[in-house]
Amino acid sequence: MNPIQVSNLTVAYDRKPVLQEVTFQMPEGKLIGVVGPNGAGKSTLIKAILGLVPKASGSVEIYGKSYRTQRKLVGYVPQRGSVDWDFPTNALDVVLMGRYGHVGWFRRPGKKDTAIAMQALDKVGMKEYADRQISQLSGGQQQRVFLARALAQDATVYFMDEPFVGVDAATEKAIISLLNELKAQGKTVLVVHHDLQTVKEYFDWTLLLNKQKIALGPTEEVFTVENLQKTYGGRLAFLDSQVSPSYVVQP
Amino acid sequence: MSYGTWIMLTGSLVGVSCGIIGCFLILRKMAMLADAISHTVLLGIVLAYLVSHSLEGIYMLVGAGIIGLLTAFLVQVLHSSGVQSDAAIGVVFTSLFAFGVILLSAFAGKVHLDVNHALMGEITFIPWNTLTIGGMDLGPSAVWMLGTVLIINLILIFLFYKEIKISSFDPAMATAIGIPVMFIHYLLMSMVSITTVASFDSVGAILVVAMLIVPGATAYLLTDKLLAMLIISAVIGVISAIGGYYAALVWNISISGSMASIAGLIFAATFILSPRYGLLSKLLARKSLITE
Ligand SMILES: Nc1ncnc2c1ncn2[C@@H]1O[C@H](COP(=O)(O)OP(=O)(O)OP(=O)(O)O)[C@@H](O)[C@H]1O
Ligand SMILES: [Mg+2]
Repeated sequence: MNPIQVSNLTVAYDRKPVLQEVTFQMPEGKLIGVVGPNGAGKSTLIKAILGLVPKASGSVEIYGKSYRTQRKLVGYVPQRGSVDWDFPTNALDVVLMGRYGHVGWFRRPGKKDTAIAMQALDKVGMKEYADRQISQLSGGQQQRVFLARALAQDATVYFMDEPFVGVDAATEKAIISLLNELKAQGKTVLVVHHDLQTVKEYFDWTLLLNKQKIALGPTEEVFTVENLQKTYGGRLAFLDSQVSPSYVVQP
Repeated sequence: MSYGTWIMLTGSLVGVSCGIIGCFLILRKMAMLADAISHTVLLGIVLAYLVSHSLEGIYMLVGAGIIGLLTAFLVQVLHSSGVQSDAAIGVVFTSLFAFGVILLSAFAGKVHLDVNHALMGEITFIPWNTLTIGGMDLGPSAVWMLGTVLIINLILIFLFYKEIKISSFDPAMATAIGIPVMFIHYLLMSMVSITTVASFDSVGAILVVAMLIVPGATAYLLTDKLLAMLIISAVIGVISAIGGYYAALVWNISISGSMASIAGLIFAATFILSPRYGLLSKLLARKSLITE
């Protein structure tokens, strides 16, 4: 069964459609990149799948059932700027929030949950920062805390919105190997990504998105000049005639 | 118990209830909504009286709860249809409050309530308005009402602690894992409403707002932990109440005004002296950096 099945998804804010008739199926056990220009609706796509914004039409299924019944299978890494980092809490506490969906009403996360959360922090190299107030973490460290929280969710399908923003090159590599680890466990990871240079290196599959689905498939098949031009329009300047080396996306 | 003890107990109950609930308002950046609710509950009180013909606490709580929720609901509706949130609060606040004032003046003869009293409160008379059941004098009814509200608040916060916490910090994540964020929002707004109306009669709406905002804002400067923030805020509420009472005795000034002033002074002192976020420690840190 498909981990993610989106059919005819249309989303509109204030009547202006942001996503139009998007239909796709994601394969299981793959690292999938989602690329597209600013405002293409990448974040909106994730939010619509997770039921955070209303769908104007269409449907979403996680392993063949509606998202509502499959919540526990899904992990989420929002864009870092979406929360107030001055909130009085520490890194461990934020990661523990990843356990809330499993704990249930009227109960507190227990020792086992704390152990899982510590393990997740360890995996992202943030164990020593468990007690650190979250506003006293660097941007990259905050991003890693969010990642650890998603790991603590112990999900099967992950949605990550720009997890590499503000992290240094070494951390980015560490995160990628972590994602590959998840993949090796048969999990499906969908990542919104901005750096076109690394798409081929990182992702098995790629979704090119600009309000509509431009292309989806194995990266080497769909990540072509033609598709990129369709996705980014005239804003893509090629430094090389070959697809692989480097592009610059102009603002 | 003596007259003074009752007043301090009343003030402390207001301080604890408002102090705790105020923390969540500050963290959710909803101080203005609390201000609005603390005024629009007047309409709830008047309506409750017109319906029940009684000034019993329970009718007041229900009336205030309903109007408080209505305030939060209308603000939400206006906001989600594109009105800026502060404008939405302003519109709902003034119209409901004005409606309450109109009703109050139309039925002024019948209702033992006046706007001035509702806004400024009069804690001085608390000890004489006692609750008697079966001929037994059980102490001031305000203490009973505030105590009940405090217990309700504590139970709700205890039951929904992690839900309130995650939906305050990261509402998107909370929604994604199936926590009913809107339910939690209205739950908090109900707590604000009943807290306000219970405190209303003793310290008045304006000072309820002070107790809702100032202790929480002070606690925010002093700690990095949510639970600690709630406790510190409650303690500051109590210190303000007791300190305010004695200050009022010494200088012969309004008791509730004096309580709010003490809260303000504690905030000012914290703002300057707080070890982590205070002005002084920031200045010192900068100086030591320069001299290094
Ligand atoms: N809450 C909102 N209300 C109204 N319009 C919105 C809202 N959120 C997003 N939009 C609009 O929807 C479009 C898609 O936004 P979205 O955030 O999904 O883009 P994105 O692809 O994630 O962009 P970025 O690369 O900048 O993160 C944009 O035009 C944006 O202005
Ligand atoms: Mg985005």
